[in-house]
Amino acid sequence: MAKKLTIDGKEITARDDATIIQAAHEAGIVIPHYCYHPKLSVAGNCRMCLIELEGRPKLEISCNTPVADDMVVHTNSPKVIEGRRGVLEFLLINHPLDCPICDQAGECGLQDYYMSYGLYQSRFQEEKVHGRKVVDFGPDVVFDSERCILCTRCVRFCDEVTHTNELGIFERGDTAQIATFPGKQLDNPYAGNTVDICPVGALTSKDFRFKIRVWFLQETSSVCPGCARGCNINVHHHDGRVYRLKPRRNDAVNDTWMCDAGRFGYKSLHENRLLEAAARNDAGGLTPATMQDALARAADLLRDRNPATIAVLAAPQGTNEDCYLLAKLTAEMLPGCRITMIAGEPGDEDDFLLRADKNPNSRGAQDMGLPALASPDDVAQLAAAIDTGKIEMLVAVDVDLKAIFGTETFARLTAKLQALIVQGSAMRPGSEAAQVLLPSAAYVERHGTFTNFQGRIQRFNAAFAPPGASQPAWRIYRRLANLLGADWNYPNHEAVWADIADTVPGYGIDYAAIGDQGCLISSVDSPPSGRG
Amino acid sequence: MRKLTFWQRLYLPEILRGMLVTTRHFWINVLRQRHTVTQQYPEKPTYVSERYRGRHRLTRKEDGSPRCTACMLCATSCPALCIHIVAAEHSDPTVEKHPASFTIDELRCVFCGLCVEACPCDAIRMDTGIFALAAEKRENFIYPRELLLGDAMPENIAEGKAPAP
Ligand code: SF4
Ligand code: SF4
Ligand code: SF4
Ligand code: SF4
Ligand code: FES
Repeated sequence: MAKKLTIDGKEITARDDATIIQAAHEAGIVIPHYCYHPKLSVAGNCRMCLIELEGRPKLEISCNTPVADDMVVHTNSPKVIEGRRGVLEFLLINHPLDCPICDQAGECGLQDYYMSYGLYQSRFQEEKVHGRKVVDFGPDVVFDSERCILCTRCVRFCDEVTHTNELGIFERGDTAQIATFPGKQLDNPYAGNTVDICPVGALTSKDFRFKIRVWFLQETSSVCPGCARGCNINVHHHDGRVYRLKPRRNDAVNDTWMCDAGRFGYKSLHENRLLEAAARNDAGGLTPATMQDALARAADLLRDRNPATIAVLAAPQGTNEDCYLLAKLTAEMLPGCRITMIAGEPGDEDDFLLRADKNPNSRGAQDMGLPALASPDDVAQLAAAIDTGKIEMLVAVDVDLKAIFGTETFARLTAKLQALIVQGSAMRPGSEAAQVLLPSAAYVERHGTFTNFQGRIQRFNAAFAPPGASQPAWRIYRRLANLLGADWNYPNHEAVWADIADTVPGYGIDYAAIGDQGCLISSVDSPPSGRG
Repeated sequence: MRKLTFWQRLYLPEILRGMLVTTRHFWINVLRQRHTVTQQYPEKPTYVSERYRGRHRLTRKEDGSPRCTACMLCATSCPALCIHIVAAEHSDPTVEKHPASFTIDELRCVFCGLCVEACPCDAIRMDTGIFALAAEKRENFIYPRELLLGDAMPENIAEGKAPAP
């Protein structure tokens, strides 16, 4: 049974258990609010979401009023606007109004609503109550009690989502304030989300504070590559630099949250980047080369060899497009070569978002035809094969060679190897031993898809162009294959995807149809909702 | 084109008329010097209106620290994108932030004054009256915080006027 009601003259059918604010938001009518959050319990304390209900003498809060049949709701009547203005006046009585130095300025609920409903001429004559400023809440969160409007979103997050209960409201009246419980720190692995949900500048991120004013930032929808979950995110960037990552709502994957490890994963994007191609010269030194020359060198090294003596060492960090062309390249041009997929060290896992597999595309890589993740035995076998000379050449893709083999073993192996080609977005330990270095683009610099552990294909977008000579990995494989004599014609990532859609079971979907929320691999029986 | 008459083609009467004007002004200038409009620049400093938008300076609080709070509103309003500020945490926890670095590329600046208008705390002014910026290297036109605060003398720069007190 659904309920029928009228909001702002629009006939709406709402779920039985919906509140008015939910029904309105689903119908595209936005009601201003602070304490209401779609993924938290209802607190009903900010009074910003007032609406007029015909037949009721006073205004009601829409976040805590269930819908009923034949309700007539006005969200923008003069009485409602008057009410909102009053609420804002009270919220701002003790507010410091330090917008110019507040990090939230530009994305602040108080600013936004005050522009629409504010009183503009303050009637407050008295001294404002002063609170605690720059309070250290934990490794990443700073609190300012003067700016806090006591909406309790942060408290409810720690109680209901992470169940870590670090925060509470202490004291009462105009000295009431948010604080951490004695001896506790706001240091749970998801603490950064409190900064996102704080509607004002009371909670700010130490990492992001003062780096840039938010109005300079551009936003690109993307997917976190930090683990196999692939939380949906927005990349906030300016001038070819990422400043922060924010979770993007996807109820099937991450709701509206992300973990702190993923949140700060952007830092590695600007560290140690491999910007130019390089090839070893006759004197034995690595010298910069054009991409064309480096690829030609790599093709020469691959061509003159029995493919059975070539090993490819890759991590499932690449996109489906990368993995597909890598699988195709090895199958068609280097038949019989040995491919080893390296998972890397497993990390933290919990029953919320974090997955132990720290690769974004382990599932997709296998679907694209690359082998299953290798065991330590496989790595030992590979090392032995190099030692005995069965493997003469190694192609390393986005891996830390010294971590895989151990520094000493790797030094021994490089002496044995006749050739080493390294492709990656950063200089990783061991890359310096390469004969040819091929720079590839990081995920924020390119379009592509990952398949997460649930079997959900998720699309991400290029925020800015790849730096230096780096290119999306699939493009490197295409050029390499063509140098080896193939006739591949993939002008862009969508062409690669079209090929995947035609050939890989379960992936038969249009690139555009994947959309911003991703879609499940069609033939695979996956749990329909997130927590698999 | 109209044909010139014989007298006009001689040019002499016109030349004489012109010389007459010149000679009159010569004697006026020699005899009544204070009415001359010529300025003895750069020997004598020239007059600059109070509202003249000259080179920027950063003002200070009473305790001598910069007034600037690193809010970046000037950088936001600047149409030439020539103000670059790096904000940092202040050592005093009651102060939110301060400009760890504040540079203005005076070569890109169009001297529009929007930065002064945007500043909410009167931290940047263009009232120095300095208009003759000169340097031998482009880099010397990128004025750092110390120079804008008046702590350092511009290296390699000959200026038209000493900085306002
Ligand atoms: S700190 Fe922010 S989220 Fe927490 S109660 Fe205050 S305003 Fe709400
Ligand atoms: S849980 Fe995984 S995918 Fe989500 S933000 Fe963290 S690292 Fe990224
Ligand atoms: S005067 Fe105009 S162009 Fe120059 S720094 Fe200020 S705002 Fe920018
Ligand atoms: S507008 Fe004023 S206070 Fe803000 S950064 Fe510029 S000079 Fe500093
Ligand atoms: S959103 Fe309804 S009272 Fe706060």
